[in-house]
Amino acid sequence: MAQVALRNVVKHFDKTPAVQGIDLDIADRDFVVLVGPSGCGKTTTLRMIAGLEDTTAGEIFIGDQLVNDVPPKDRDIAMVFQNYALYPHMTVYENMSFGLRLRKFPKAEIKERVQNAARILDITELLDRRPKQLSGGQRQRVAMGRAIVRNPKVFLFDEPLSNLDAKLRVQMRTEIKKVHQKVTTTTVYVTHDQIEAMTLADQVVIMNLGRIEQIGSPHEVYHNPKTRFVAGFIGSPAMNFLECRLVENSGDLAAVLTDKLSFPVPPARRARYAPYAGRELIFGLRPEHFIEKRSEIPPGAAVFDVQLDVVEPMGMETMVYFIINGVEVCGRVAPQAAGNAGETMPLVADLNNMHLIDPRTDQVI
Amino acid sequence: MTTATAQISAVPAQSVRYGSISRGRKRTLYWSYFFLCLFVIFFLMPPVYMLITSLKTSAEIGAVTNPWWVYHPTLQNYVDLLTQAQFLTFFKNSAVVAVVVVTVTMIVSILAAFSLARMKFWGSATLATGVFLTYLIPESLLFIPLFKIFAWVHQVTGIELINHWWVLCVLYPTLTVPFCTWIMIGYFSSIPKELDEAALIDGAGYLQILTRVFIPVALPGIIAATIFSFTVSWANFLYPLAFTTSADQLVLPVGIVTTLIKGDVYNWGQIMTGALLGAAPPLIIYAFLMDYYIAGLTAGATKG
Repeated sequence: MAQVALRNVVKHFDKTPAVQGIDLDIADRDFVVLVGPSGCGKTTTLRMIAGLEDTTAGEIFIGDQLVNDVPPKDRDIAMVFQNYALYPHMTVYENMSFGLRLRKFPKAEIKERVQNAARILDITELLDRRPKQLSGGQRQRVAMGRAIVRNPKVFLFDEPLSNLDAKLRVQMRTEIKKVHQKVTTTTVYVTHDQIEAMTLADQVVIMNLGRIEQIGSPHEVYHNPKTRFVAGFIGSPAMNFLECRLVENSGDLAAVLTDKLSFPVPPARRARYAPYAGRELIFGLRPEHFIEKRSEIPPGAAVFDVQLDVVEPMGMETMVYFIINGVEVCGRVAPQAAGNAGETMPLVADLNNMHLIDPRTDQVI
Repeated sequence: MTTATAQISAVPAQSVRYGSISRGRKRTLYWSYFFLCLFVIFFLMPPVYMLITSLKTSAEIGAVTNPWWVYHPTLQNYVDLLTQAQFLTFFKNSAVVAVVVVTVTMIVSILAAFSLARMKFWGSATLATGVFLTYLIPESLLFIPLFKIFAWVHQVTGIELINHWWVLCVLYPTLTVPFCTWIMIGYFSSIPKELDEAALIDGAGYLQILTRVFIPVALPGIIAATIFSFTVSWANFLYPLAFTTSADQLVLPVGIVTTLIKGDVYNWGQIMTGALLGAAPPLIIYAFLMDYYIAGLTAGATKG
């Protein structure tokens, strides 16, 4: 058990910067997920924590120890790889016990630890098999078992579910969460899948272009994104972004999207947005905040008519797409309220959840 | 209410013909067998002829009879050869040379291939190509420079390298190590990088990664390389012909030719017997390790 700390960590591959100065504190027993698009430096960061890559600059601490020059085997970490990386010539038992055997643990203890881990992961009956006789999900469990038996200070997961099919991925996601509840070890988990990030993490670290965009709880990064990137990356379907002009009119603020459409800013946000009056900004609102018109319109909501472009029924809800100012906008409405494509439909925009982004800095105001 | 009655019209049973497919397949098979038989005959004729000749007496070989039939089979040639101290010396020399060369080759090429394939260091890619280029230089170009080197060694150290069978243990690795290293580099490179990283995190050092992960995983490739180096050191003709001359220093391929051909007298029966006995060890090794050999040579061609 240990906390992990990164201090201004930089990594360059030849001249190409991969990680450009990262500061990150991971509390003991926390489950932290690094998430971001391909090439954002998340895997490189994980590999630097593991010791598989050198740092170009900066410091990495595991516990209180500076580990920059400590080889991977002495960092007391365990890693689960995307392609499992099981030793093909060894049985499941041998795979799981390999690290302990190298460290010359007594046989009885090895056996006990392996069987304990196998029980947690429900793979007791697979211990005599070889990796090629296992399914993808079973291999993933073995890879996790290999990490658990070592009882390390930190678990590192490198996109462990990417090679599984969609159904199994959801199942294993729950499994990983369960395991973390049983074996509370500090965990750093890398994924490009924001749903994995949201469901698993205590803290989500959103990375882009080698930098950290935001660190926060899943709730925080979803509802209070700090940058346009985070606002657009977290959430599926993604947040709608529309160009607007913030106009002040006798003390009231409004985001003017087109000649005919403008959204009044709720009173609670006026003070925050007032300095930006008269500026061109980006208006952001998630699809679930464009909803069908109900009998009662809540305060801070605006009603407007749209012509539906595409309608996608999902079962429990229906996605409606319409065009504002040449940009396709998505809304989520109740299935029975959705019209057909081409029809006009009244929608409600819940402006209590609106975001305004300064296009010059890409920061959420 | 109406009752629905299902009416099944009786369709006369028609035999389905898949004529075109099966006929095409049949024709393909005929031709495959035709050419396979042709190849088998072509390649097996010499050894069969050797076997037939080895069972004949010199008189029968010289007689004008059907050369493809043995009228008076005899094992005399085998008895003569196997009781001849000289032949057994050739056999022993060959065996010792082969074992030493295979051992040296495998140790050197596995270690070299592992470092070239995995420990990325300055110039490793160039070195790997260089290793293969050395294999492309024909041995017939090398034996004169080698003579020079041996003479120089003799001058400096007083050690006589020419006309000793054991000098082949030094010479053959120059042929086997480059090629085996090249095979092993390919094989080791096909092992996913995560496997050694997992072992590294599990606590293995480089040597442990090699012995406990790479060698077991790459065993087919190692066996292929072993067979190759054994074949080279068992069957090489040019170097022993050039560097060994005394009868007690010869290895099998040269020994058979130089001792059983006396002037213009060819002792065909014994030559054929010797060649057959000499070909036996590689044959036995191939038969046992064939599957591994093929797996080794085709490794990395497709994703396993």
